[in-house]
Amino acid sequence: MSTTATVVAIVYLVSACLFIFGLKQMSRIRTSRRGNVVAAIAMALAVAGTLLELGLVDFRWILAGVVAGAVIGAFAALRVPMTAMPEMVALLNGAGGGASALVGLAFFYTHVIEARRSGTVAEIVGSASALTLFLSVWVGALTASGSLVAFAKLSGRMSGAPILLPGRHLLNVALVLGTVAVGVAFGWAVPGMGSGTSLLWILFVASLVLGVTLVIPIGGADMPVVVSLLNSYSGVAASMTGFVIGNNLLIIAGAMVGAAGLILTQIMCKAMNRSLANVVLGGFGGGDSSPDSGAGEYQNVRSADAEEAAMVLEAARSVVVVPGYGLAVAQAQHAVRELADLLNQRGARVAYAIHPVAGRMPGHMNVLLAEADVPYEQLWEMDRINPELKSTDVVLVLGANDVVNPAAQSSPNSPIYGMPIIEAHQAKNVFVIKRSLGAGYAGIKNELFEQPNTSMIFGDAKKVLQDLIAEMKQL
Amino acid sequence: MMGMLLFGIYVFVLAIFVGFEVINKVPSTLHTPLMSGANAISGITIVGALHAATTAEVTVSNLLGALAIAFATINVIGGFMVTDRMLRMFGEKRR
Repeated sequence: MSTTATVVAIVYLVSACLFIFGLKQMSRIRTSRRGNVVAAIAMALAVAGTLLELGLVDFRWILAGVVAGAVIGAFAALRVPMTAMPEMVALLNGAGGGASALVGLAFFYTHVIEARRSGTVAEIVGSASALTLFLSVWVGALTASGSLVAFAKLSGRMSGAPILLPGRHLLNVALVLGTVAVGVAFGWAVPGMGSGTSLLWILFVASLVLGVTLVIPIGGADMPVVVSLLNSYSGVAASMTGFVIGNNLLIIAGAMVGAAGLILTQIMCKAMNRSLANVVLGGFGGGDSSPDSGAGEYQNVRSADAEEAAMVLEAARSVVVVPGYGLAVAQAQHAVRELADLLNQRGARVAYAIHPVAGRMPGHMNVLLAEADVPYEQLWEMDRINPELKSTDVVLVLGANDVVNPAAQSSPNSPIYGMPIIEAHQAKNVFVIKRSLGAGYAGIKNELFEQPNTSMIFGDAKKVLQDLIAEMKQL
Repeated sequence: MMGMLLFGIYVFVLAIFVGFEVINKVPSTLHTPLMSGANAISGITIVGALHAATTAEVTVSNLLGALAIAFATINVIGGFMVTDRMLRMFGEKRR
């Protein structure tokens, strides 16, 4: 082993350790930010080690790629509003998956086509590389296209409703088997220079299609879980790329992300009381009531205006705010904080009830409220707040829907039956601030809206909150 | 070659165990940032991408490689920055 190779190996080892430390720290609130920095340092070391390993090569392509990527990445990261974080992560994940697939393709062109080698790919680069090359293109491409679909669904560029193709399970099984067959033929059956090239591109395109068909049947409400799962896939794809080029650091970091992503996915599924299989097979939230037809079914809904609500709030001693995606859309986090301060001054105790999957991603609400400097102690997790709700005077539901739907507890036929909810219906008074009676992400009716202790205040969350604040100040 | 593969599989399997062990009992507050941070780490594929475009000529492999580098860099830079933006909001109020 040359000196350089030894140094590179040590740099990679340190980098791998830092990745592990970083990820560990990231999973604790106290150390999470430091953990992210540690992981970033690990990444910088990995790149430094790689450049050292490459030695003096021609850097123009590398430079072009790095500069373009850094500018786009930094620009996007600084510009994206907090509310759009979930789709941003989906997009970034797609970029990572795409990169792994492209590395596989580039490897093929370098070692087979441009090296003008005859024989099957397995004969040229070895069976191990042929196999992992296929896997990195396969997993990488489906991660890329699947993430793009998740992005489109999360950002509303595409309807969140599940798209159920006829015979979709059959189609997916056929695509999986078909791509595997193409992968095997590509590696072992045909000459790489000839039909192998076409087969590789067919594999690439078919995997992109597979990513789309796997994700479109899954409802928008489940997209966070999908993003997390795809994140796990992109780790696996990176790991496969590590096998292709024989790099242990890639294998380690990729496998770790693959495993961590899977665990995180499991944790999220648990929070929704769903199994991973149930999420992945899709169709959830399709139901019989589409968001449009859901509106007409409500009866005996009471609506109130800001003045009435302000009067009830004025007298309340305990107020619980249940935030949801509507809060994020309306950018009402600062307004809600202002209202809470006002209530606090008048002697009411204010708490925020955070459902683990409120918003479009777990922890979405925490991020949003933290942005408005809401004290951390006021954020209560679902299990802690539920026993308190019976004795709560007023619950303000702010743009949340499915997470307060009592059907999850009372109607075994409901698609969300069994999902843990925030039991807002237990409170003495409930005000639901919402733009319309439209259905939530699960696409179903919310029985809470019909309860006698519930009043709807229709309007944009921020606007309604500002009205409430104005009314409160007058009282 | 098979020896290399077997060694790689050892590393792969052990790393999976590390990944499982590191992430346990994460508070739901951290789900989004953790997902985003893990996503940034999966940008490690940049190491592979850097190997893919090391000559000057305009070849298919170099074009694919440069594109892979760009994508991976977006993933890495964007991922870590976005994660930091999210975590900054928790961090300051904790002390």
